[in-house]
Amino acid sequence: MSIAISSPSQTLTARAVEGLRGDFPILTREVNGRPLVYLDSGATSQKPLRVLDAERTFALHDTAAVHRGAHTMAGEATEIFEAARAQVAGFVGVDADELVWTSNATEGLNLVAYGISNASLGRGGADAARFGIGPGDEIVVTEMEHHSNLVPWQELAARTGATLRAIGLEDDGHLRLDEAAEIIGARTRLLAVTHVSNVLGLINPVGELVRMARRVGALVVLDACQSAPHLALDLRALDVDFAVFSGHKMLGPTGIGALYGRRELLNALPPFLTGGSMITTVQLTSSEYLPAPARFEAGTQRVSQAVALAEATRYLAAVGMDAIAGWEFALGQRLMEGISALPGVTVLGPGVGEERVGLASFVVDGVHAHDVGQFLDDRGIEVRVGHHCAQPLHRRFGITATTRASAYLYTTEDEVDAAVAAIGDVRAFFGAA
Amino acid sequence: MESSALQGLYQQVILDHAKEKHGYGLRSGEAASSHQVNPTCGDEVTLHLHLGDGGVVSSVSWEGQGCSISTASASILSDLVDDLPREDVRRRIDAFRELMQSKGALAGDEELLEDAVVLAGVSRYVTRIKCAMLPWVALEQALLEGDGAEVAGAR
Repeated sequence: MSIAISSPSQTLTARAVEGLRGDFPILTREVNGRPLVYLDSGATSQKPLRVLDAERTFALHDTAAVHRGAHTMAGEATEIFEAARAQVAGFVGVDADELVWTSNATEGLNLVAYGISNASLGRGGADAARFGIGPGDEIVVTEMEHHSNLVPWQELAARTGATLRAIGLEDDGHLRLDEAAEIIGARTRLLAVTHVSNVLGLINPVGELVRMARRVGALVVLDACQSAPHLALDLRALDVDFAVFSGHKMLGPTGIGALYGRRELLNALPPFLTGGSMITTVQLTSSEYLPAPARFEAGTQRVSQAVALAEATRYLAAVGMDAIAGWEFALGQRLMEGISALPGVTVLGPGVGEERVGLASFVVDGVHAHDVGQFLDDRGIEVRVGHHCAQPLHRRFGITATTRASAYLYTTEDEVDAAVAAIGDVRAFFGAA
Repeated sequence: MESSALQGLYQQVILDHAKEKHGYGLRSGEAASSHQVNPTCGDEVTLHLHLGDGGVVSSVSWEGQGCSISTASASILSDLVDDLPREDVRRRIDAFRELMQSKGALAGDEELLEDAVVLAGVSRYVTRIKCAMLPWVALEQALLEGDGAEVAGAR
């Protein structure tokens, strides 16, 4: 199984959650005349003052170009920028030179896909040959992937002539491991899988999938967007080759994310975006490139955002990732128990009592998800409606859209209860009960 | 418990249309068709345009998956365009679009839009305008395609 988070030994107390809510002033606002109940952290999280202050402090006192220029401020800014990298890398259990800044997880996944694509065209020399793929090779994904971990691989397959295959899902949303064992074979060159499903709320058995991939020499790319914010994450222990996550889902700003790559792989992968700051020597007709991570950071970087993301990870670490996970797992169960007990409402994914992170996606019989969301919004309850960028997953279950409530460390039990009560009133309002 | 704004958005006429779905079920013999998707939620509508003598719109038929707003909008639309010259249909589409973009400022021309004015409340909800517009955009596209077919046929 994956890392030992199935039953976090710690949890936040309700009182601790009330206390830390003071760090998030937005949580006191009203929506449609009602106190805000923010249950869309799976889409984007709110930011504590400390994170906003970190970005502002850098902008006010430390702004200078990083990795260029020789003046005092350029040197200081570079040190702050690199310290932020070390902080975020340490937060996910890897070394600083294995962490590449990206705009978001989507860019990280495209970086890997285009690096492989470029290797397949012969770029990157002998070192990069290991990445080259073509007709007869297979890329494996799953039916639960977010579009960001699906479309780039569709495009890579189309560009290289490789075949894209997908591991299907059981009725309770879990990956069909028997099918995984059949699909992951001698032709498999890469397995791209999400750690935690953004719709089903389940945790994939990464350890088992990595073992299957290792047996056939395939690379493993992990989408950690829904795990890095919510679980104690140790990418080295998970033994994946690449992993991505987004800052804005983990208390950080938009516009910043990260790609982890095992050192020897990252240093062998050809660049994706090219230009300034990623080169050693530039001739008029050809250039040589820096090692990772600079090789993948062409152009001016998101410096203040990186600084703020580092502060977000310090905040999360200070609260304690195990305690956060424990609190959120309990909220996930509370959501699951409350919603699944309502007549005419069905929750996707694992059943009551089974491992589930702090989210639940559900279908209300006779009422479209858009209308459910509108009804909840009227009570100040902000949830996500639609396909959550996972159309194939929804199609697998014969639906086009669900409503998703997703919690974070600042979510209270009262908020979950308010959402459950409101969902219970939906069918009567729309005349479906 | 529910606010007057929500009651205004989901008027009984809308909930009724969402259930009754006038014009539902694609009929063959269409002069043109259009498939429209709302990429944020995956909702979709397929609309067939049926023409009568002299290129008059005789009716529309449709099928789709959607929320009560888009479903009611398609149902209301299908009641609104029977036996109308294409120019009149276009005028109604334009009027409906103007209503949807009015951010609550317009009540809608009841003579032109009939039942569709009950959707006026949607214009206050920026995230829902696309839902209401989906079938109207489908009809607009089908009309364009119908024009093209007619021009090609005349050559």
